[in-house]
Amino acid sequence: MSANPEPTTHAVSAAEGAIARPARRAGRRHRPLTPFWRAVGAVAWKDLRAEMRSRELINSMVLFTFMTVMVFSLALELDKEARQTTVAGVLWVTIVFAGLIGLGRSLAAEKDRGSLDALLLTPIDRSALFFGKMIGNLLFVLVIALVLLALLTVLFNVTLLKPLLIVVMVLGTVGFTTAGTLLSSMSVHARAREAMLPIILMPVVLPVLISAVRASVAILEGLPRDDWFPWIQLLVVADAIFLAAGYGLFDYVVEE
Amino acid sequence: MTYSDSRTRLLRGLTIAAVVLFVIGLYLALFWVGPERQQGAAQRIFYVHLGSFLGSFIAFGAAVVAGIAYLRTRNPRWDTFGLANVEVGLGMAAITIVTGMTWARPIWNTWWTWDPRLTSVAIMWLAYAAYLMLRSGIEDPERRQRFAAVYGIIAFASVLFTIIIIRVRPDTIHPVVAGPTQADPTGSFEVAGRIRDTLFFNLFTFAVITVVLVWHRIRLENLIQHVMRRKLEVLSEL
Repeated sequence: MSANPEPTTHAVSAAEGAIARPARRAGRRHRPLTPFWRAVGAVAWKDLRAEMRSRELINSMVLFTFMTVMVFSLALELDKEARQTTVAGVLWVTIVFAGLIGLGRSLAAEKDRGSLDALLLTPIDRSALFFGKMIGNLLFVLVIALVLLALLTVLFNVTLLKPLLIVVMVLGTVGFTTAGTLLSSMSVHARAREAMLPIILMPVVLPVLISAVRASVAILEGLPRDDWFPWIQLLVVADAIFLAAGYGLFDYVVEE
Repeated sequence: MTYSDSRTRLLRGLTIAAVVLFVIGLYLALFWVGPERQQGAAQRIFYVHLGSFLGSFIAFGAAVVAGIAYLRTRNPRWDTFGLANVEVGLGMAAITIVTGMTWARPIWNTWWTWDPRLTSVAIMWLAYAAYLMLRSGIEDPERRQRFAAVYGIIAFASVLFTIIIIRVRPDTIHPVVAGPTQADPTGSFEVAGRIRDTLFFNLFTFAVITVVLVWHRIRLENLIQHVMRRKLEVLSEL
């Protein structure tokens, strides 16, 4: 770019430049004591165990799911044909909104209890921490998704328990929770963090959401392979991009 | 607040050049080039439409460079550079969307349709609007700069999505002027003659305008920070 920032003749910036580059990553040279995947498993297991004991998150997410489905069926007044085409949209919108509750709490709870600092001090790779958190969030959202599949099958009288749809569901939730874990670790530091997470997360995951809804609709309507396969490819690409972004950028988000 | 004279003169010269280029570009688009065979006069807005999209693409691309450079060097000037680029890019993208809607009304008979291209541009715009929201929501300056750099990198995925989607989805009605599509995999460049010359002139013009606006925005940001620092100094003396 030819419009580079102003040169060093600029006194103000030069003064600020003095505080540049704190001594981060000093510990990075040491081999982490815990192997990568053991650390990932430990972080995820910690979250699951805490949730199994308190059940504060899963209860509110399941109740929220019930209510959202109620609101949708009352607001849309669906007949038999309309149900067939809108059920995929209802499914994904509910997953996203219920997922936002879980993602918002996941790191906010750590920060409020002060355990985030302890987690960051543990001698493990920061990316192991990220994947552990991501897997914990993913499991919560998948539980919600399965509850939702059963719920919509019963209430909307549309068979949703199809293997292909489960594949789309897993791919979609992986993309959503990966981007969500990364961005919620930023939004916990914002002033109005409950409002901030949806604002910064939605534009980023909308491509995933669109692909997942289109693929789900095509599969539910029993369309040929050409109609849903490109969307699944797009989902795989988006998942790969988000996983790589999470792996590479999480370090910079949580350093302090 | 002191800048070297030569740079200020260069910026002033570039600013005047941008204005002159813009006027010439408009003249070319509105009078010099003839009306397009199928679309008539409505096609004339295309030069501004594509020009401003190029501007936003340059600016958002520069924001990614700024984000990576900030994370590597921790120099706050890269953050200022990134912020300036995102703001200019957001304005350019808004021009792209509004001119596109103006064109679509006579050609498609609707202001807006949920075509893949239009949807992806709307997502892109929202992503960068969210960038500004994120900045305004975080108080600690060092953390704000860090998060903005990270988000500026992630948000660029939506720009790539915009450029790729039109070339892989067969169901878009948005015209593709250059490059391969589903219908025409070998790719083509569909404009020639005066239309091509006008297009290239306007693309160049908008590139210059983008650079000038970013440069001015950087100076404005430096001035804002300077004033805030002076204010703190005065307050501490009281």
